Amino acid sequence: MIELVAKPPCEGLLPVTIGTVTLSEPDMAPLTLIAPMKGKEVALAKAMQTAHKLEWPEAGATSGANGAALVWFGRAQALLVGVAASTKLNAHAAVADQSDAWARVVLEGEDAREVLARLTPLDMRDRAFPVGATARSEVFHMQASITRMGADSWQIIGFRSMAATLVHDLTRAMESMAARSQR
Amino acid sequence: MRIVCPLCGERDSREFSYKGAALALAYPSEEAGFEAWDDYLHNRDNPAGPTRELWYHGSGCTSWLVVTRNTTTHEILSVELAEDAPESRQEASA
Ligand SMILES: [Zn+2]
Repeated sequence: MIELVAKPPCEGLLPVTIGTVTLSEPDMAPLTLIAPMKGKEVALAKAMQTAHKLEWPEAGATSGANGAALVWFGRAQALLVGVAASTKLNAHAAVADQSDAWARVVLEGEDAREVLARLTPLDMRDRAFPVGATARSEVFHMQASITRMGADSWQIIGFRSMAATLVHDLTRAMESMAARSQR
Repeated sequence: MRIVCPLCGERDSREFSYKGAALALAYPSEEAGFEAWDDYLHNRDNPAGPTRELWYHGSGCTSWLVVTRNTTTHEILSVELAEDAPESRQEASA
């Protein structure tokens, strides 16, 4: 039988450090889109708590436990990151393995927020976007999921088919930010 | 222009796209005749003033929204999820 080897979406492109900011790709992890069926929201939240010890996130929120994260991912959906989804969720939600569908990168460093602010129309200030918050918005011209992991650390999830574009747009902004702070 | 999405909060207009009059949500029944469907598909008022219209938060949460906008000032008067809008529960009047 042929042995298939998982290839990370940004292989050969990352990590990159420019100025104070590093863009890197975390190890590939299971990514599962979970969308509650109509009227099953409460039952799903309960099943999620039992199976993964994770709180179902409100719009713009995330929850985490035991190395897994549940990231609000748009209207009536969340992305389970880091663990394979329990089959116990299937009775209450549409559950789709999308591990191969997304490119997940981490932008971190002193000027990381300023780099992102060049690419997204989001309000990046602490009071609007605290640690643990998440948003669906644009990164340059592309739809993406943006989550604040720490004070200077952001997870960005974009379409895998556009991984090189995502890296290109982010590194361009990193370059212009670094050029500016050297003056 | 900024639109306050009920899920995402205040966002730049570049994240949204415009679809048309919100009465598109209230479609005729299958049995409704040609006249009713013709009216639903093709006839729109063009009011100067507050208008209810469909917007799509495509670069955000991917919700369909009903936005009440004043067409003479571009002021956004209210925003609601399309699934909560009264048009979604109505049948188009023939
Ligand atoms: Zn939204």
